[in-house]
Amino acid sequence: MHSHTPAPDLSANEERAARALKYLQDVRPLPPQELQNLPDDHGHFGSFGGQYVPETLMAALYELDAARRTIMSTPAYQDALRALLTDYVGRPTPVTYAARLSEAYGGEIYLKREDLNHTGAHKINNALGQALLAQKMGKRKLIAETGAGQHGVASATAAALLGLSCTVFMGEEDMKRQELNVFRMRLLGAEVVPVRSGTRTLKEAVNEAIRTWVQNVEDTFYLLGSAVGPHPYPLIVRDLQRVIGDEARAQMLSSLGRLPQVVLAAVGGGSNAIGMFYPFLSDPVGLIGVEAAGEGIESGKHASAVNGGSAGVLHGAYSFILQDAEGHILPAHSISAGLDYPGVGPEHAYLAHTGRVFYTAVTDQEAMEAVYDLTRLEGILPAIESAHALAFAKIIASSTSGPILINISGRGDKDIDTLMAHDAKRGV
Amino acid sequence: MNELETTGHRGHEAIIQSFRTRPAVRFIPFIMGGDPTLEATEKHIHALARLGATVIEIGVPYSDPLADGPVIQEAALRALQAGTTVRGLFDLVRRVRAAGVTVPIVFLVYVNTVLRYGIQAFFNEARAAGVEGLMIPDLSWEESAPFREAEEATGIALIPLVTLTSRHRLPYLLKDRTGFVYVVSSLGVTGTREELDKRLVSYLTEVRKNTDLPVAVGFGISQKEHIETLSPHADAVIIGSHLVSHLAAGGSIDDWYKTLFA
Repeated sequence: MHSHTPAPDLSANEERAARALKYLQDVRPLPPQELQNLPDDHGHFGSFGGQYVPETLMAALYELDAARRTIMSTPAYQDALRALLTDYVGRPTPVTYAARLSEAYGGEIYLKREDLNHTGAHKINNALGQALLAQKMGKRKLIAETGAGQHGVASATAAALLGLSCTVFMGEEDMKRQELNVFRMRLLGAEVVPVRSGTRTLKEAVNEAIRTWVQNVEDTFYLLGSAVGPHPYPLIVRDLQRVIGDEARAQMLSSLGRLPQVVLAAVGGGSNAIGMFYPFLSDPVGLIGVEAAGEGIESGKHASAVNGGSAGVLHGAYSFILQDAEGHILPAHSISAGLDYPGVGPEHAYLAHTGRVFYTAVTDQEAMEAVYDLTRLEGILPAIESAHALAFAKIIASSTSGPILINISGRGDKDIDTLMAHDAKRGV
Repeated sequence: MNELETTGHRGHEAIIQSFRTRPAVRFIPFIMGGDPTLEATEKHIHALARLGATVIEIGVPYSDPLADGPVIQEAALRALQAGTTVRGLFDLVRRVRAAGVTVPIVFLVYVNTVLRYGIQAFFNEARAAGVEGLMIPDLSWEESAPFREAEEATGIALIPLVTLTSRHRLPYLLKDRTGFVYVVSSLGVTGTREELDKRLVSYLTEVRKNTDLPVAVGFGISQKEHIETLSPHADAVIIGSHLVSHLAAGGSIDDWYKTLFA
């Protein structure tokens, strides 16, 4: 491994790699019948998940869950969504064999290309699905939160396509960091509302979206962007994102005749990861979720809810979160705005708790190196989020024996400002 | 102490007794614990008790108060910046009890604060400190089972909140509850409002059909006319943001009382 990191980090690398390899030697697929109860009727994944929300929202959550059951399973909805995903989003996205990266990392690496979706990331799968549900429920007003702006852009896009109004809540700090996406959302006809409370980032944007939903619950649909929040959101988001894993699984089988040995995805709230992992849960396939370690978990400046957090309630669900001794939510840190969130979806908490999925974390620096690797070796500029999964593949690839499948959840064009600032510091 | 040990529902009984003995118009003020200091909160509790509050609601400041509007969010922030902790608030209640304040005190506390402390431990400590009830705005009935076990074990009332969207849920939300019913009078977060929701009066009648507990109404009450409209239909009015912003602007409890009730 040709790393520039100093000695203490190397030993941390080895420890992470050793734990991952130990996990890979003893992957225990979930019995298919266990998936039936993931989640239960009130959205519990074991002890995680549930509905910790003000009473005002409960009727709306029941309404949403009823719509999920009665609308999303109908052929009319399924056909409409499939048509949109095919003709508008451009699905199925390909799986690309990364020959030069494989050689450099020392493994057999395949990339699931969610970066090739319309709007440049997996977020559109969920945004279109929920917007279509809203339309069929007769709700004309969408509200959404956004951190980096990807979900905001996807929501604004879906609203434009389906003729719905869209209001996006975005932390004032994030608006400064992601000016381009703010403009894009406004161009698409969405209203972008700056959120000025707390750390002025994604956490507060979700708070404000929920508060606004409480106030307008009778005619407004809250289009939540990640596999977080109260039931039925984690389930809806998973069902709309599992297309990633369903496609990838079939593509691996048809082109290689076998399943991958290991699948990696980056985890913030966890929507791309749960979408990728879910279809593999009952297979003998190693699943590795890679969180953002920021400047290192021990520095306290990270966004690793599984690896550096504890169980508690954030945004309506019981899961792993970043909190202090009194239960106050701590600010997250990641160079990647899309992973900069102090919690993780409850299904991930369950999969971590049961050991079905292995969760690890890589630093800002490691993720940035991986951005350069993929760009220079394959001509693919990945989102910094997705680069977290690549960075961990780099650590374990040479110790694996079978195909490695990595979810490239989005493209990196949105990160140009961050990359330029990083480049200046790096002195390239 | 004997009384504590022999009375299963001490919190419930103290609250009911207070509703019985206070005359109309009964009021339940909300203040944020530790805003801007614990000493200020202590003084306010004494003043509110002297003015005849039926119950005093103390907010436990939280980093992410999902059910609160800007006024109470800012109050929580001031309290946290002053270093307010849960333990500090329990000690505050001990002090006012020692000083002879008997009005029932209810904590408004977010669910993660209680989970972090430990559900049973939080209820035990509330009881030991002299708190009569807890109101947890982001605890749905669906997730309340372990909290209701702790309520049963300690006699600390877990105050039910019902909203205009709860109509179909009232029969089970209000079954076997203690303390009083908090009727959230408008959709949305806490904060003052110009007008009351038109459905409110008929809704209060609906609530009464499902409970024998006193019914208090709050969220958005900021004018004398609101109180006059609601008084014939509710047992008490709850006033939060209006009082919190009055205090934040440097006003006194006595002046605030005069603007709404004199």
